[in-house]
Amino acid sequence: MSRTVLQVRNVTKRFGGLVAVNDVSFDVTEHSVMGLIGPNGSGKSTMINMISGSFAPTSGSIRLEGHELAGKPAHKVARLGVGRTFQLVRLLPELSVLDNVIAGAAFGHRRRWGAEAKAHALTLIERLGLSAVMGMPVSALTYIDTKRVELARALAGEPEVLLLDEWLAGLNPTELGTGIALIRSLRDEGRTIILVEHVMDAIRSLCDRCVVMSSGAKIAEGSPAEVLSDPEVIRAYLGDDDA
Amino acid sequence: MSGTDWRNLAISAALLGLAALLPVYGSPYWLTMGTTMAMFVVLATSWALFSGPTHYISLATAAFFGIGTFVTGLGFQSLPFWVLPPLAAIIGAGLAALVGLVTLRLSGVYFVIFTLGLAEMVRQVVTWVQNQTGHRGMYVLTSITEREIYWMLVGLGALVFLAGWLIGRSRLGFALRIIGNDETVAKHAGIDTALAKVALFMVPGAVAAATGAILAPRYIYIEPATAFAPLLSFQVVIMALLGGTGRLWGPIAGVIPFSLLWEAITRQAPNQTLLLLGIAFLVIVYLLPGGFVGLWDRLRRRFGGHS
Repeated sequence: MSRTVLQVRNVTKRFGGLVAVNDVSFDVTEHSVMGLIGPNGSGKSTMINMISGSFAPTSGSIRLEGHELAGKPAHKVARLGVGRTFQLVRLLPELSVLDNVIAGAAFGHRRRWGAEAKAHALTLIERLGLSAVMGMPVSALTYIDTKRVELARALAGEPEVLLLDEWLAGLNPTELGTGIALIRSLRDEGRTIILVEHVMDAIRSLCDRCVVMSSGAKIAEGSPAEVLSDPEVIRAYLGDDDA
Repeated sequence: MSGTDWRNLAISAALLGLAALLPVYGSPYWLTMGTTMAMFVVLATSWALFSGPTHYISLATAAFFGIGTFVTGLGFQSLPFWVLPPLAAIIGAGLAALVGLVTLRLSGVYFVIFTLGLAEMVRQVVTWVQNQTGHRGMYVLTSITEREIYWMLVGLGALVFLAGWLIGRSRLGFALRIIGNDETVAKHAGIDTALAKVALFMVPGAVAAATGAILAPRYIYIEPATAFAPLLSFQVVIMALLGGTGRLWGPIAGVIPFSLLWEAITRQAPNQTLLLLGIAFLVIVYLLPGGFVGLWDRLRRRFGGHS
């Protein structure tokens, strides 16, 4: 059986009176893709933001390879081995494509600098199919290429766990196929990924396991086929009448 | 180092030599102009080291500069002069670190206003202390000539350029550029943004204080109202932005024309200098985003130069 890399235990997040995440626990095993799914406002992004150190949980524990992440600032979490992309793509507009990727290599989990960082970044750029657009300013890239650059940056620090926050959202059908193939190839390389996603095709074809959240609570966990046929999950997505 | 690095080093050394020889071939008038320009080159270039990549507009130059002049004013009788600029630099760096820890969490306009207020606050504190002790200003009577002041500034300028070149190649410099582009990305890429910003904010603080210490003998009489004059902070910002902060040599390209214009206007119409400040600001905003450096890069791209 595979090793547990990330352990989330009884995590709760309150914003004033609002409970955004309520007592959620799950494990992520090595070399697997964990889907974090649920309707809008169910607390998925809050969960991702707590794992990546954007903010601290009100209570509970998040451990990566035995290191406590809860309450640590984002840069420490990144150095311990959590890489992420953002729901709304965030690139460094004044930097070249190459420097955007080196930015992830220079300060991340496995740190590289100088010629080594450049070589590493170039490998990733080639790997993600960005070689042809490498000379272009970031502002001239197509939408999927901006997402690729962001992914390359996240991968450049060689994170133990990669968080993809709706990485496939907004892609057209052709791009979606390319995107799914890309993430699958990352899984086949043995990376550990947490995927927040709404695209059902992607969830079915990519995820080894899924955690389903609704109104801040975990309502189901299992293989994609299991959770997507779970009556409670269907109710959460579609409402009572359709169940 | 690559071929371009050697070429740039040779050009820089030649220009530095040319600048250092000004007292030999220039008239006293040009020595005075040169001293003023050297001061602004040092201040604007060090300012751009921090504010260029981060886009944090600091108006604190006058605070550090004023502290430097007071270090000399208080210390020149008891300490050898060569100790004073380094001492001022250490105090300036310390104050910058303190200010940085408090304010660099602020962003955008809040940071600008705080740094402007800082100079004013330091001035008020110094004035208050002087009132308590019954002093007004103080005389800085030394045997230091303008020529020596000029050479010290040129030397300091060379140090600033060397520091800028080293920072530009370092992880710290790269981290600051990332922070200036997107601070959230910087944090999640593993950069301790607070530490990086404070570390680099200390550079202009130290340099401005050292500059003030070097220039104090030139003013002969120093008092808080002139030593901490907020105008200096604005001049430095305008000159740096006019030249452009994208390259190390950018601020120089702003300082030289601006200083000459400022001087010409001061002679013709002494009350209109603030107008020049305002017009220069409008020119930067509407015509020269990125300053002369930005213009240079655009022209090179248009006319087929390699960039």
